[in-house]
Amino acid sequence: MKKNSKLIWTPDRSKFPEQNSDGSLDVDLASQKYVKVWQGPNHPGVTGNMSLELTICGDEIVQAKTHVGYLHRGFEKLIERRKFIQGFTTCIRMCVAEPDTNEYNFSRCVEELSGIEVPEMANWLRALALEMARLQMLLRIVPGQGNTTGLGLGVQWGVYLRDLILDRFEELTGGRVYHMYITPGGVRGLLPDGFKQRMEDALKKIDEFIVDITKLMYNNAVFKKRTVGVGYLDPAWIDKFGVVGPNARAAGFKRDVRKDYPYLIYDKLDYEPFTATDSDIYTRSLVRREDLRTTVELIRQIMAKMPKTGNIRAQTPNVLHWKIPKGETYVRCESSRGEYGYYMVTDGSEFPRRVNLRGPSYVHAVSLLEKLLVGANIADVSSMMVSLGTCPPEIER
Amino acid sequence: MSLKDILTPFTAWGNIVKEPITIKDPINNRPGAPRYRGFHKNDITKCIGCGSCEEICPNNAIDLLPVEGIETKDGDSGLRPRIDYGRCCWCGLCVDVCTTGSLTLSNEYKWIEEGNADAYRFTPGVDKKPWDKNELGWNKPVPNYEFYALDRVEMQELEPNKRDNSFIEIVQGFSKEQAQLEADRCVECGICVAACPAHMGIPAYIKAIRDDDLEHGLNILYDTNPLPEICGRICTHKCESVCSLGHRGEPLSIRWLKRYIADQNPSEEYKKILETENIEKNGKKVAIIGAGPSGLSAAYYLALLGYEVKIFELYPEAGGMMRYGIPEYRLPYDQIDKDIDYILSLGVEIQYNTRVGGDVSLDELKEKYDAVFAGTGLHLGRSTRIPGSDHKNVYQSIELLSKITKGEEINLTEKIVVIGGGNVAMDITRSLARLQKQKFGKVQIITTSLETEDILPADVEEVVEAREENAVINPGWGPKSVEIIDGKIKGLNVVRCLSVFDEEHRFSPKFDEDDKKFFEGDMIVESIGQGMDISYIAEDIKSSIEFGPRGRIVVDKYFQSSAKWLFVGGDIIQGPDVIHGIANGHKAALGIDKYLHH
Repeated sequence: MKKNSKLIWTPDRSKFPEQNSDGSLDVDLASQKYVKVWQGPNHPGVTGNMSLELTICGDEIVQAKTHVGYLHRGFEKLIERRKFIQGFTTCIRMCVAEPDTNEYNFSRCVEELSGIEVPEMANWLRALALEMARLQMLLRIVPGQGNTTGLGLGVQWGVYLRDLILDRFEELTGGRVYHMYITPGGVRGLLPDGFKQRMEDALKKIDEFIVDITKLMYNNAVFKKRTVGVGYLDPAWIDKFGVVGPNARAAGFKRDVRKDYPYLIYDKLDYEPFTATDSDIYTRSLVRREDLRTTVELIRQIMAKMPKTGNIRAQTPNVLHWKIPKGETYVRCESSRGEYGYYMVTDGSEFPRRVNLRGPSYVHAVSLLEKLLVGANIADVSSMMVSLGTCPPEIER
Repeated sequence: MSLKDILTPFTAWGNIVKEPITIKDPINNRPGAPRYRGFHKNDITKCIGCGSCEEICPNNAIDLLPVEGIETKDGDSGLRPRIDYGRCCWCGLCVDVCTTGSLTLSNEYKWIEEGNADAYRFTPGVDKKPWDKNELGWNKPVPNYEFYALDRVEMQELEPNKRDNSFIEIVQGFSKEQAQLEADRCVECGICVAACPAHMGIPAYIKAIRDDDLEHGLNILYDTNPLPEICGRICTHKCESVCSLGHRGEPLSIRWLKRYIADQNPSEEYKKILETENIEKNGKKVAIIGAGPSGLSAAYYLALLGYEVKIFELYPEAGGMMRYGIPEYRLPYDQIDKDIDYILSLGVEIQYNTRVGGDVSLDELKEKYDAVFAGTGLHLGRSTRIPGSDHKNVYQSIELLSKITKGEEINLTEKIVVIGGGNVAMDITRSLARLQKQKFGKVQIITTSLETEDILPADVEEVVEAREENAVINPGWGPKSVEIIDGKIKGLNVVRCLSVFDEEHRFSPKFDEDDKKFFEGDMIVESIGQGMDISYIAEDIKSSIEFGPRGRIVVDKYFQSSAKWLFVGGDIIQGPDVIHGIANGHKAALGIDKYLHH
């Protein structure tokens, strides 16, 4: 994208305190130059609750600190008290907006540790469910970026289209939000009759949506003014912080688990992840729009290439007393926010010893956000959060 | 930024002329998808209350509770799942694991009920709900989607051509891998425990197999059954007939798993494993009549309690009907010995070749011992009493089977007709077929019964195997007369049997006299049930004992007769089968202990 230097917003830092040699700041609140405000815990466009403790000077942010603790439900611990077949009904709650990635990772961990091969049909259906999950999440997050700058219309379109995908989820999996479709051993159902046609109808609407949202949001003077050049993420920080997914791709890094470490049937699909280099809010949003396009294309490919029917579940040990030998594994997949990983340790009993979720938001919304917000304008905080793909439920499990 | 960027967003105004997409009345106009996981339904006539749903529920939302109008019976716990919608997450695992397929989810997701705060906790199928008749919703998705294997691990058996001329054991037993795979199928519902007359801890010993702790498994077996090698082979397995897995698949091979535990533990280790090396004697003496299953079981548990036990046995070897009634190819004698030797090693004495009522009288036992247990069994054959059945070549299956065990000569002929459709009839058919094969090189035996194929009392595998061994099983005929010409048997005249029982399920066979058939044979074997012989009870004792219908002795729940010192159990009270005998013996042992100590 061509950069317009006049649009690049540079904060006036003359009133900011000098940084100490270790990079810390001594903010003297008694000087009355600074005020501490809390932002959150509710944020427009972000699923879940999280607070920011902001020290501001005028309406510019001098210091930012992320505060979590509004959501902690102890799901990782709860899974330790659930049998392997029960765990997938709990782990999905760790990311409400995109539960299928949790189901997949959890199930894959269990399968890897007990040495179970999943039938091919189940793998195709899993890939379909994962792409549908990415699709419905992107349908929130792409127009959601506009919402943070006051553009509510796109969200209404997105919610309608997301509902169409949830309808498809409902007929495929039996659930709209928590699908509980991918179980250890396989999946829970084949495609219903006429599913492909109804899916295609929905995808066509999403194609139209991409055109419309481009006109409404990406070619919008206000939106551009609020996002171009704002929230610049230095490519040097990508590896330092472990930034993944669209945020890394917007900074020129071609990071995509589906390409780098193909799982399921992704090696049989033909696509190229979209990358850009400007690394600001606008570019990250642009990358997500392209992700949306890719996902639509991938769903079409999956439905065209998948076998007509087949076994959907491997023969597992009796699920009521499924024991897994001692071991540990790390499994990852590409969520709408980037690499999403599960680490599982088993000790030979009927329960996992430890399940740990490594979600991208932990990096993006806790450590990275605190850095990016320094010097930003208070009005840009929510844009910044959404553009990093913040999902507080996966920060506090 | 350009003028274009200012103008393009206004293209969104184009939507103003489009049709609205909102569903105006979603509550009424939007049913759930056909596969939607909505509210629970339960077909309570199909449900057996196995509790797998309760077990798998990740949220403890399901409790199994007694329900009015549903009785506890064999194969049905009488409980039904109650679901707490304050906890349920509608994952549908309860549906996926359901052993009978009775539990489903409807696709209904709206439920408005006023005035009852507890309504969200309900028993599907019992508490009537508006969605009960909804046909759509979450069912078991597709074939091959199972949470446990529905098919049995195949048991290795001798091929028909390798077994049909010898008495070698047919069933080979499980290997460790096979046993663990089969044990893995168990859902631990415990429906079997209730159905087993001895109430064996079946899920517990199957778990011991999964954990590969066979010593613990043996302990569980001996808690309720001191004849595991025997029961592991020839038990009538009432547990398997009620196994919850049998509703959609094949029931668990509980019998073979029991055998696996017993087979794998060496007999010389039994005392150590079962911790019976030092039993303190209590100085009291009990006499037992008959070393059959009930007698041996009573002897074992009495010995454990410290009683001095002496068994009086008519035959030269112990085991009763297990040895003298069941052919060796089903139950090898060395396996009988393994179980019995262990019981004897606890200090139980057996006096063989002794007829109570002849060599020693019941009165004497009463005098010399503190209590007496009689488990004398059913050793008298029953005759059809058709014309010609008094011929010398018309035999009783019981007497022939015992002759085969004893190794006595049988007057075997080339063509045999067996009358009877139970397991004993199959035993004698298959034994005689083997002897025919040995003697004449071919099998010519016809077995006929009143019952038609579908209601044949014999186990299906017995019938199948008998046919594999070239015996002809021709059920559904009633014997009319034995055809005798010049003093020699020529065969059996039969007529078509239309029904065996009347409406009240009483034995009252009806025949079609016009549909006749003749089964050729020069020897007839009757195998239509057995009778008891309690002539050893002298008249004066008899007068102090209460008798019920058909001459059965009336006993209380501890098998104590109205003569307080005399306990009676086994086939003459309940049965005929081994496991009832074992259960009776165990209960009687406890009864004797109670009687002598209180």
